[in-house]
Amino acid sequence: MYHYDDFDQAFVAARVEQFRDQVARRLSGELTEEQFRPHRLMNGLYLQLHCYMLRIAVPYGTLNSRQMRKLAEIARRYDRGYGHFTTRQNIQFNWPALKDTPDILAELAKVEMHAIQTSGNCIRNVTADHYAGVADDEIADPRPYAEILRQWSSLHPEFSFLPRKFKIAVNGARHDRAVIQAHDIGLQVVRNDAGELGFTVYVGGGLGRTPFLGRKVRDFLPERDLLGYIEAILRVYNLEGRRDNKYKARIKILMHEKSLDTLRAEIEAEFSARDRKLLDLPAEEVARVRAFFAPPELEAKKPVSDRVERRKGKDARFASFFAANVRPHRQPGYVVVTVSLKAIGAPPGDASADQMDAVADLAEDYSHDEVRVSHEQNLVLPYVALDDLPAVYDRLASVGLAEPNAGQISDIIACPGLDYCALATARSIPIAQRIAQKFGDGARAKSVGPLKIKISGCINACGHHHVGHIGILGLERAGEETYQITLGGSGDETAAIGQIVGPGFSSENVVLAVETIVETYMGLRLGEEETFLEAFRRVGLAPFKEALYERSAGQDI
Amino acid sequence: MPDVVTASRLADGVVVFLTAERDWSEDFNRAAVLADAAASVAALARAKEDEEQNLVVDAYVVAVEIRNGHVVPKALREAIRAAGPTIRRDLGKQAEGHAPLSGPTAVVEAEHVSL
Repeated sequence: MYHYDDFDQAFVAARVEQFRDQVARRLSGELTEEQFRPHRLMNGLYLQLHCYMLRIAVPYGTLNSRQMRKLAEIARRYDRGYGHFTTRQNIQFNWPALKDTPDILAELAKVEMHAIQTSGNCIRNVTADHYAGVADDEIADPRPYAEILRQWSSLHPEFSFLPRKFKIAVNGARHDRAVIQAHDIGLQVVRNDAGELGFTVYVGGGLGRTPFLGRKVRDFLPERDLLGYIEAILRVYNLEGRRDNKYKARIKILMHEKSLDTLRAEIEAEFSARDRKLLDLPAEEVARVRAFFAPPELEAKKPVSDRVERRKGKDARFASFFAANVRPHRQPGYVVVTVSLKAIGAPPGDASADQMDAVADLAEDYSHDEVRVSHEQNLVLPYVALDDLPAVYDRLASVGLAEPNAGQISDIIACPGLDYCALATARSIPIAQRIAQKFGDGARAKSVGPLKIKISGCINACGHHHVGHIGILGLERAGEETYQITLGGSGDETAAIGQIVGPGFSSENVVLAVETIVETYMGLRLGEEETFLEAFRRVGLAPFKEALYERSAGQDI
Repeated sequence: MPDVVTASRLADGVVVFLTAERDWSEDFNRAAVLADAAASVAALARAKEDEEQNLVVDAYVVAVEIRNGHVVPKALREAIRAAGPTIRRDLGKQAEGHAPLSGPTAVVEAEHVSL
């Protein structure tokens, strides 16, 4: 993985001291809250429902054991013993004191981490496929590009005061696991006919109150033009994005108002007008950064492990774990292990300090010191030898992290919702907990098959509900929580925005509504191999509407 | 409608309530209950002075009502803010005995529903 050089270290250290001074001046009253707010936001510090909240970047979702242990230490020393992994591959601490945050940032800097640009109207943490570098369907590792973008965008003077926040995601595999079309810029690594690496570029994606999928502005952008082209996109956006209305300020609105052809022409004109040499990305620089992400030397192993096969034969839960949470590695004899942070009944994405330490130990002992954070709010051990899997599983189980439900109905994305968030209009975590409890992790969940439920507690859509196969949006109506359901959303390479199924459901009934939807699907699917999404695309909303509303005579179920 | 005044303490972000002694308490049950609009306006003005003094931030008025004989915030958002996360009863004011005496409840699953 990438390691800070002297420049990076000095840059982050200087930033910590700058923030320390800003916090001291705020506490002494030299800075008003209005003056201080943009500074704290640019350092990832929010004021939430119960307390401050610190959002720490995990660039492109890659961590080493030392960093994970530091997060555990911060959770214990400065917070309440746990952290929350988010859909943006960040971690949030929910209870830090303002006066402690400079010390927390100083601790993070010791392990090459920071909270810079995890909030504010700037380029946010660049996200990537959580299986980067190990996936069997990968064209090229997206992380070197994400790292180059991180370095280029950190405190970029021209792009630190954008009309609104700006999110970039990079996917390097054939299968999109980074939801690139839900980002302001989505980059899909591709090879052209000559075998050269480059990007298909999508612009104007975003969820929130006005969801749009990114539109393709370039089929093939050569690798060396990456920064120049992204600069051109941002320059057009910075100049023309609306600043009069924060709800219409994202580039997706600009795309919608100007049309794809017009915006693309403006981007291309801006790109052509600039001196190409200024931001040329030389192959040597890409190679230098890529070297940091070179795969470790992996000892050759047999593709089948007798130890694993024996355990599968006598331990049904291990067999379930193997089926759901373990996926092929590009190197035979190794596997990629998803560590589910969705134990049945637990808040999605939360990990205790002890669990973080346990995962750090496992990464060190069994996964070449690497952990990934997925946008689906799980962790990943990317380099596990198949023979080691039973030992890894046992250790995960001993700290409550061996839930065999990755990709299943209980592997739910949920934003913090009204339990923590100042912007939320309804709770989302309890809905996720109740759905997970309803379906469990046994035969019933297995028979449902792959199904992505995503829950947001307000229209800002941090829980990605628009791209959930079943999306749930929590709203407040006349003082009561109410939940709107969308169906058919998808965040992969066949991305789609879900369609609203009809009037919303009360908190009491929303879980039953989900159950009705799932039972309707199971009743109409062509066989176990037809997934929920495939079935929905075949039959549309009508059978689900009928099951939810007509059979119940228009009542709220 | 009666009100209380709340804010977040600047140095640590902890939710606090304005008391009758013109002090700030972490305990909702010590909040001064303001009987009318004039009292609320005056209390908020005092809170804003404390914002100027950099003691608290984001002071505002919260509507309360009497439920089961206890003063509680009317809106769910404020009830959760005054108690702590409903999914973690071990955290926040509810864990320290500082929550409203009748707090937000967990949702109970609907059992008998005609489909």
